[in-house]
Amino acid sequence: MTSYLASGRSLRSWLVTKDHKRIGILFLIATTLALVLGGVFALLIRIELLTPEPSVFDALDYNRSFTHHGVVMVFLFMVPVIPTVFGNFFLPMMLGAPDVALPRLNLASFYVYCLGATILLLSLWFGGVDTGWTFYAPYATTSPTAVATAVFGVFVVGISSILTGLNFIVTVHTMRAKGMRWFRMPLFVWAIYATAIIQVLATPVLGLSLLLVGADHAFGMGVFDPALGGDPILFQHLFWFYSHPAVYIMILPAMGVVSEVVCTFSHNRPASYRAIAISSIGIAFIGFLTWGHHMFVSGMSMLDVGAFGILSMFVAIFSAIKVFTWTATLYRGRITFNAPMLYFFGFMFLFVFGGMTGVAVATSSLDIHWHDTYFVVAHFHFIMVGGTLTMFLAACHYWFPKMFGRRYPEKWALIGAVAVILGFVFTFTPQFLLGNAGMPRRYHTYVPEYQWLNVMSTAGATILALGLVVTLVYLVHSIFRGEKAGDNPWDSRGYEWLAPTPPPTHNFHTPLVIARGPYDFHCPERP
Amino acid sequence: MNRRVEIQFESAARQEHAVQLGMWIFLGSELLLFAGLFGLYTVYRTEYGLEFDAGIHHNQLLLGSTNTVVLIVSSFTVAWALYNVRKDKRDTALAMLGITMLLGLAFLVIKGVEYAHHFSEGVFPGKAYTNLELPGHGARMFFTLYYLMTGLHALHMIGGLAVMGWVTHRVWTRRTNRESHTELHLGALYWHLVDSIWIFLWPLFYLTG
Ligand SMILES: [Cu+2]
Repeated sequence: MTSYLASGRSLRSWLVTKDHKRIGILFLIATTLALVLGGVFALLIRIELLTPEPSVFDALDYNRSFTHHGVVMVFLFMVPVIPTVFGNFFLPMMLGAPDVALPRLNLASFYVYCLGATILLLSLWFGGVDTGWTFYAPYATTSPTAVATAVFGVFVVGISSILTGLNFIVTVHTMRAKGMRWFRMPLFVWAIYATAIIQVLATPVLGLSLLLVGADHAFGMGVFDPALGGDPILFQHLFWFYSHPAVYIMILPAMGVVSEVVCTFSHNRPASYRAIAISSIGIAFIGFLTWGHHMFVSGMSMLDVGAFGILSMFVAIFSAIKVFTWTATLYRGRITFNAPMLYFFGFMFLFVFGGMTGVAVATSSLDIHWHDTYFVVAHFHFIMVGGTLTMFLAACHYWFPKMFGRRYPEKWALIGAVAVILGFVFTFTPQFLLGNAGMPRRYHTYVPEYQWLNVMSTAGATILALGLVVTLVYLVHSIFRGEKAGDNPWDSRGYEWLAPTPPPTHNFHTPLVIARGPYDFHCPERP
Repeated sequence: MNRRVEIQFESAARQEHAVQLGMWIFLGSELLLFAGLFGLYTVYRTEYGLEFDAGIHHNQLLLGSTNTVVLIVSSFTVAWALYNVRKDKRDTALAMLGITMLLGLAFLVIKGVEYAHHFSEGVFPGKAYTNLELPGHGARMFFTLYYLMTGLHALHMIGGLAVMGWVTHRVWTRRTNRESHTELHLGALYWHLVDSIWIFLWPLFYLTG
């Protein structure tokens, strides 16, 4: 049987494909472009901040840059990337299924994403947006920039997210192979499943609140405009009701990748499968009850502040359960050290550091000092970038042989990983110090005392960017020129490795019958 | 349900289950889209209670209630259409689908009459609001929400009419028949959803003054 890469080589055969693997590759291309674009905006910000005085930008252009950076990174990269790329490619294979349940809807989701991204990028081109990625009212309703078009673009991207989530839920419920009980599903599937539930529940509310801001901006609806009797704080409630769970839409799939990587390369079953699976659901649930921690200084009663603070800290308990379980999985394992594992260790450091600062900012007395400073910026970059970006890269390496039938060069991969992790730490550690020293976010000028830390941060961002460029170059090169890979080069027990490499259109030659768990390293690969 | 089974499913029953589950999840996310607006309504009504009462009295109870009846009847007719397709009574099914669409159109016409009446009184959403009888932020917010919620609902109604038109065409050409009628079933579910949302809008804008 021919592989999915070889069945039809025309551009058309890719653009109208219903194969979940090809749709995953299409999303990989689209989201990587978004990452590059968002990265360019980030570098522009860092260049401006090299000096205390305005250098390359005036205030409006600077505001546009950080807004575009945030909007592109959050809505076009971080939220969709792992579910649409690796979820699409591997969820059906991990279930032993020939495809997702609704393949046409899957392709539709890709085009809806492209449509939304196009609208969004056009709005950035014509006028741009200067509100910050949070589109806070009332400023967003009166800003002279293209707010209404941009939020409509985000709304359309949200529809794509709902369609993908819906498809994954249905797939997990109806497409499991014979013998695949719920607790035999790989942990990545659990993570994607929990994510899909959040996507379906939370995205409509975000879509609606953004549409309302757009309507306020375009037609003067005044829903959030105090001059017309509206309440801007209500927008913050609606927005964060989605956007806090959205943090878990970004981090839960990354946690799924962590589980696969750490088990495969320690050749060990997870220290507790149930602890990891159930804490994912716990995080998904608690995540809906913590949104108020973004609003401690927006005028909130002390009782609410306390409640939201404590509920937010519960997230740390579930996260800690995961961190300890992953660490314990290493114990007595047969550990292979390579690029995905280096990313795993990088993830553990960044996630624990970011998580602990998260507990700190959930403490209202401290948050009042840190609110809207670089401390918060550094905190959420540690979690979101340190978590999702590192695990996106780990997944790119871990599944590379199965996706393309080739190996990547290990030495270059380790160099790239070191550059990414060190560059990241050098970018954001100074920002914790800046924030604690009182430097507010979203300004293009600052007092000269802050300069040396800003220069360090820009240097770190440069190393990070170089690491990403190196990684992109050797990965693309390896797709065409890499050494051929076998069916299961890592000696994993994951079901996706049972398929031929690269997999044929419907994944398995004969229907899979599952007779062992996905981490049963004491069993042979094919019992 | 002898519909063509697509390659990824092992049986027709699995396929049917998958499609139904997908539809229910979709309906759930539609409900959540409206949930945000219901939340806004609740908060603003708490803030502007008396002015919301006055707004409700200003709306024409007769027209709103007529629309409720229209939609409830249409829910019956669409269910009856499905029942008749299952019994292989194509003509009755087509008649029922026709009545369903006429009722949907009637709903939109009545809504349009109401909107026209509001416009003539200067009752517009947001900053365009110029009504002097009910000045004030609360009344303005009431009618802004009225337009947003009934407008979003009317958009769903138009979507539902498009779906019904497509399904009717399939019944007409016998592609939807006793053996294969999933699309009619899903279309009817969507129609019921749109109707039930109105059942919640009706008290909020006409009854509870
Ligand atoms: Cu949050």
